[in-house]
Amino acid sequence: MNPLLITSYTAASCIGHGLSPSLDALRKRHCGLTPCNFETAVIDTYVGEVAGVDQERLPETLRAFDCRNNRLAQLGLRQDHFSDAVHDAIRRLGATRIAVFIGTSTSGILQTELAYRRRDPLSGRLPADFIYPSTQNTFSAADFVRRYFDLLGPAAAVSTACSSSAKVFASAARLIECGLVDAAVVGGVDSLCLTTLYGFGSLELTSSRPCRPFDAERDGVSIGEAAAFFLVERAPAKPVGDSLLLLGIGESSDAYHMSSPHPDGRGAHQAMTQALASAHLAPEAIDYINLHGTATPSNDAAEGKAVATLFGAATPCSSTKGATGHTLGAAGGLEAAICALALRNGFLPGGINTGRVDPALPISYRLDNRDQPLRRVLSNSFGFGGTNCSLILGLAS
Amino acid sequence: MNASAAQTTLTAYIEGIGLLAPGLADWSQARAVLVGDAPYVAAPVVLPSAISLPPAERRRVGRSVKLALAVGHAAIAAAGLDAATLPTVFAASEADGYNCHDICAVLASDDRQISPTRFHNSVHNAAAGYWSIATGAMAPAAVLCAFDASFGAGLLEALAQLATGTAHCVLIAHDTDFPEPLRSVRPVPDAFGTALALAAQPSARSLARIDLRLCHEAPDRLADTALDTLRLSYPAARGLPLLQAVAKGNNGRVVLDYLGDCALALEISSCR
Repeated sequence: MNPLLITSYTAASCIGHGLSPSLDALRKRHCGLTPCNFETAVIDTYVGEVAGVDQERLPETLRAFDCRNNRLAQLGLRQDHFSDAVHDAIRRLGATRIAVFIGTSTSGILQTELAYRRRDPLSGRLPADFIYPSTQNTFSAADFVRRYFDLLGPAAAVSTACSSSAKVFASAARLIECGLVDAAVVGGVDSLCLTTLYGFGSLELTSSRPCRPFDAERDGVSIGEAAAFFLVERAPAKPVGDSLLLLGIGESSDAYHMSSPHPDGRGAHQAMTQALASAHLAPEAIDYINLHGTATPSNDAAEGKAVATLFGAATPCSSTKGATGHTLGAAGGLEAAICALALRNGFLPGGINTGRVDPALPISYRLDNRDQPLRRVLSNSFGFGGTNCSLILGLAS
Repeated sequence: MNASAAQTTLTAYIEGIGLLAPGLADWSQARAVLVGDAPYVAAPVVLPSAISLPPAERRRVGRSVKLALAVGHAAIAAAGLDAATLPTVFAASEADGYNCHDICAVLASDDRQISPTRFHNSVHNAAAGYWSIATGAMAPAAVLCAFDASFGAGLLEALAQLATGTAHCVLIAHDTDFPEPLRSVRPVPDAFGTALALAAQPSARSLARIDLRLCHEAPDRLADTALDTLRLSYPAARGLPLLQAVAKGNNGRVVLDYLGDCALALEISSCR
């Protein structure tokens, strides 16, 4: 693929609002997970809740979009001068030349869950203040971002469960490469809701402790929430020295099961292989892998096998979900932002919460932070339905 | 900025069409109605069982998945392609409405134990996941939602794939209804699915060539009031003016509804 230039990026999760606090939290090995006290959920698990989401107020003109998911989106858009970068791109390129692709799995479903409790006892009707199109509908987050910036280009929500906000980069790259647009605002937003808390609980996939990716005794996910955004543009032929680039993307399907990965990580292997091919890189060129690493027994086993087959036991790997939780449709974006921080700061984040790395998974899973120059990093995101996406980010120099 | 970019045109060749909608049981029947050889008579959609799935999965799928699989298989069969190797683009305004209602109703009750199957079926990419299981396709599946603009979003994605190195792909646009109370706030009446098997290059199978540009014009309406009501009742039906032009085998131009401030202009050239 033709590389994309990452002009600006930001992320908000339970470990911090914005890049600098997030990096600081990773350096200090801070775990943002806390015992679940979300809404009325009664579940013995930990969650990664973003502070201050309820206090976020949407502009008057976008009040119809008011829901936790879009408040979290706006909280993210207001960080790290991201909005300034988008406004600058609008001046340079024009509002019709910038696409929007936002990944989300549950969008504003919490709004519907709450509305169902307030159904009219006689008619069963939903309350009049419930606005389906701009809250629950999957497009809501992408539509909100498009309207927030008054963008006029193509737009869509990408909703492939937990690979959603990795795959947004692929859709954006295609529209940029074929010349339909010059840039795109991409990212992911997923927020806590009862559907995912009780849903992962029903599958017995939630841990009662802060999640322990790749631990021999890992026993499930901690669900989190996040917003992450990137402004990506067609990269110049010779990007300046420290430019941040998206170098490769691989996408695949498992063709196996709706909620379990293929045991050998067949689809994961294919996605990583294609990402390397699209970046014209050999496995040895990857300095760090940010694993999907959800801490479910099956995901980490399948991913570990696929990584071991392709990369051997040399490439340093970690999952940052021990710190942030699994932010579902926002995970691809959040972890791409963490990869960008790792590249920019020469910092390899070790996994936290994990006591003893599973000896059955022969990869170089790092438990300690390390400062070392990184040039190319790979991020994995996999999801229900057997959807897989791998991204390769790198520095131009 | 690329000065010529505003004129960017995306090209594809339609090789097969699948369709299932109220009163239109397949593409052959739809074609007869769209060219005016047969009257449009509305009738509830009868969704076929998802026979391409293993029995355990077949029992678990709802209306949205059955519809997607039915039209997807039909388009690929018409094009003579192998589903196992094809990248897919799924476009829908919602995942399964009945499944969503059931989860929300259970979560609003005293016992919040939702069914694990309902939960994994709630993802927007449920149809893509089951499609991959049914066909063995490990090729990528793009799964997009743009509310009423979902058909346009899917068509753009499919044509962008074909413009950037993909030889064939299939677009599956599918929308199904909610039960009450969500039906009142999102009144999709029944089910409408359409699938287009698309190719980057012409072949003996090509039905029509389409050249797409973004534009700011008002979308075309269908002259037949009942058909135009159908077009406006389902996001997936926003492509009907394109299907009518292909059915008629004429060369011409149609404008499809997309985002309110952005429409899709298609030049259609018959290959037959």
